[in-house]
Amino acid sequence: MPDINPNTAPALATPAEPHKGSPSLQRQRQRAAFWFLAPMLIALFCVAAWPLMRTIYFSLTDATLSNLYDAKFIGFQNYLQVRELSSGRTIYRGTLVDPDWWNAVWNTVRFSVVSVAFETVFGLIVALVLNAEFKGRGFVRAAILIPWAIPTIVSAKMWGWMLNDQFGILNDILLNLGLISQRIAWTASTETAMKAVLIVDIWKTTPFMALLILAGLQMVPRDMYEAAKIDGIHPVKVFFKVTLPLIRPALMVAVIFRMLDALRIFDLVYVLTPNSSATKTMSVISRENMIDFDKFAYGAAQSTLLFGIIAVFVAAYIWIGKVDLSGEKSR
Amino acid sequence: MAKIELNNVTKSYGAVDVIKGIDLTIEKGEFMVFVGPSGCGKSTLLRLISGLEEITTGDMMFDGQRVNNVVPSERGIAMVFQSYALYPHMKVYDNMAFGMKLAKSDKGEIDRRVRNAAKMLQIDHLLDRLPRQLSGGQRQRVAIGRAIVRDPRVFLFDEPLSNLDAALRVQTRLEIAKLHHDMNDVTMIYVTHDQVEAMTLADRIAVLRDGKLMQVGTPAELYDNPNSIFVAGFIGSPKMNFITGEKAQAEGATTLGIRAEHIDLDEGGPWQGEVVHAEDLGSDHYLFVDIGTDEPVIVRRSGKLNVPLGTRVGLRPRPQDLHRFGPDEKPIRR
Repeated sequence: MPDINPNTAPALATPAEPHKGSPSLQRQRQRAAFWFLAPMLIALFCVAAWPLMRTIYFSLTDATLSNLYDAKFIGFQNYLQVRELSSGRTIYRGTLVDPDWWNAVWNTVRFSVVSVAFETVFGLIVALVLNAEFKGRGFVRAAILIPWAIPTIVSAKMWGWMLNDQFGILNDILLNLGLISQRIAWTASTETAMKAVLIVDIWKTTPFMALLILAGLQMVPRDMYEAAKIDGIHPVKVFFKVTLPLIRPALMVAVIFRMLDALRIFDLVYVLTPNSSATKTMSVISRENMIDFDKFAYGAAQSTLLFGIIAVFVAAYIWIGKVDLSGEKSR
Repeated sequence: MAKIELNNVTKSYGAVDVIKGIDLTIEKGEFMVFVGPSGCGKSTLLRLISGLEEITTGDMMFDGQRVNNVVPSERGIAMVFQSYALYPHMKVYDNMAFGMKLAKSDKGEIDRRVRNAAKMLQIDHLLDRLPRQLSGGQRQRVAIGRAIVRDPRVFLFDEPLSNLDAALRVQTRLEIAKLHHDMNDVTMIYVTHDQVEAMTLADRIAVLRDGKLMQVGTPAELYDNPNSIFVAGFIGSPKMNFITGEKAQAEGATTLGIRAEHIDLDEGGPWQGEVVHAEDLGSDHYLFVDIGTDEPVIVRRSGKLNVPLGTRVGLRPRPQDLHRFGPDEKPIRR
C-alpha cells in the first residue's frame, strides 16, 4: 500500500476509509490527542502565555501601579529613549542605558554561571557516591535531599543567622580555627555578599543536581563497566571515557534546568542580602522598579529583557551542546 | 591457549549458595558449553572464571597458576556479553580498539589487529559506524571482534545469541563454530540455556542444575548415555519420552526413557494407543500418541505426515535405545 500523507489524504479518493463520511483512524487519533492536550494548553495559556503578553504590553506603555488600565502606549521609550536638547546635547534614557540594570545583569550572570558550575561538579560527585552500593544508601539518598526540601525563605533566614557578623556560628568557627582575625559581615559587606548567596544556593541545590545526575547514572548498563573491567581500564579513565559521555544528555538537561532557575533567582537574594547592589539580580531590580519605585512599565521592560536573556541563554546552550531533548537519538 | 581447572569452587551471596562445589577441567583449545535451566548458576560460573565475581571457596587455576585473586584484565580473557555491552558513543573501530588504546599499545599494531578481526568477521565496512546504526547481528559481531582484538587465552561467551532472531541465531552459531575452528588453540567457554546451541557448538558440554554439575561429556555421550533423568530430559529435542508405572516395571525400571526417533510404528507393538496430535515439520513429523501414560508419547518419523488424527497405532521401542532409570533417577546399568 502506498504511504498516505495525512495532509494530502483527504484530497485524494481515500481507500483507507472504509465508510464514507467517517474520519480515518489517523484523524480520530489526532482529534483525541487534541482533546487530551486541551486542558494543559488552556492552563498554560492562562498562567504563562497571557501574563507574558501582558508584561510585554505594559513594557510598551507608561503604566504605573496606580494607573494600570489607562496607560498610554509609548513604544520603546522604557527600553531606550533618545532626546535631543535644545543645547544640542543628546540624552539617552531607559533600561538599556541604566547602569543599575547592567549591574543586575552582571550579578545574575555571574551568580548563575558560578553556582551552576559548582552545583554540577558537586552534584556529580554526590551522584557517583550514591550510585555505589553501600549499607544505608537509601537513608543517605533521602537525607541528602533535605536542603532542597527546605523552603528557600526558611533556609535563607537560617543561613542569615549562621552568617551573622555578631553571633553567627560561621564566624565563631573560623575565628576559633584562626582562619580569620576579625568577624566578617558576610551578608552586609559588598565583598562577601555574593559569596554568601553562592554558598547558600550551592548548599541548597546540589542535592537536586545530584538526583538528576543519579537518574542518568542509573541508565548506564552494568555491562559497560564490566566490559571496561575486562579491558583493564583504569576507573578514572572509565569515568571520563565511558560514564561521562553516556550521562552527558542527562547532565545537559540538568544544567539547563538549573540555569533557567538561577537566571531568575529572587527569593534567596531578597531575603539574605536585601538592598545590596553587590547581589541585586534582574528579578530583584525589576520587582523593585515595579513595586517599590512605582515605575511599573519600566519594571515590565526589565522583566521582558530578563525573559529574552533567558531564552537566548537556553537556545545557545541547546545549540552548542546539541542536546537531544526529544530523546530520539539516544537509546 | 589455557587449561582451566576448577577445584571445589563455590560461590555464595550472603546465605544463598549459588555454586555448590564444582570440579571441572577445561582443556586447552576446547570449546566447553555450560548449559542448564534458568538460575542453575551457569552464568555465575562464567563470571567466576572471568574474575568479575570472586569465588567464595575453592581454587581456580589457569595453566596451573592460581588466579583466585587475579583481576579480570590480567587473566588473558575476553568476554562477549549477552547485551553486547558496546560503548554507544564510540564508533565500531574505537569500540574494538578502546582497550588497546588505553593500554598505550603501538598504533600500527592496534590498527592491524582491529582490521584483521574486522575482516575475519566481515565487518570491515562498518568500522566508521556507531553501534546504534547496526543491526543486532552486526552488533554481535562487533562484540566478538572486540574480544578477538584482545587476543585472549580464553574466550567467554555469555548467552551471546539470545537477543537475535531465529534465522540470525543459526547463522551466527555457524560463525562462532568457524571462529573456533580458525582460532583452534583458544579455549572457549560458552553459556547458553539452549541445548541445540550446546549440541552443535560444543566439544564438551557441562550440564548444570542448582549450582551443581550434573554431567560433563561430549554431545554424543550426553545424548546416548545420560547419567540422570534430568540430563536425559534436558538434552535432545523433542524431549525424551518418560514412561512410569506398569510399562516401566515391565522393563525392570522405575522410569523408562525413549527418544522420539527410537520408536517404530508396529501394529503388534507392546504399546497401543491413539494419535491425539501431530506436528508436520516438512522433512519429518511428530506423532503424539496417547498410550495411557500421563503425557502422550512423541514419535518422530521422516517424510510427510500420513497418519490421520484418531488412528489407533501400535508402538515398538527399539530395545537397545531404551533408557532404564531406577528410583534414584540414575540409570540402571545392564
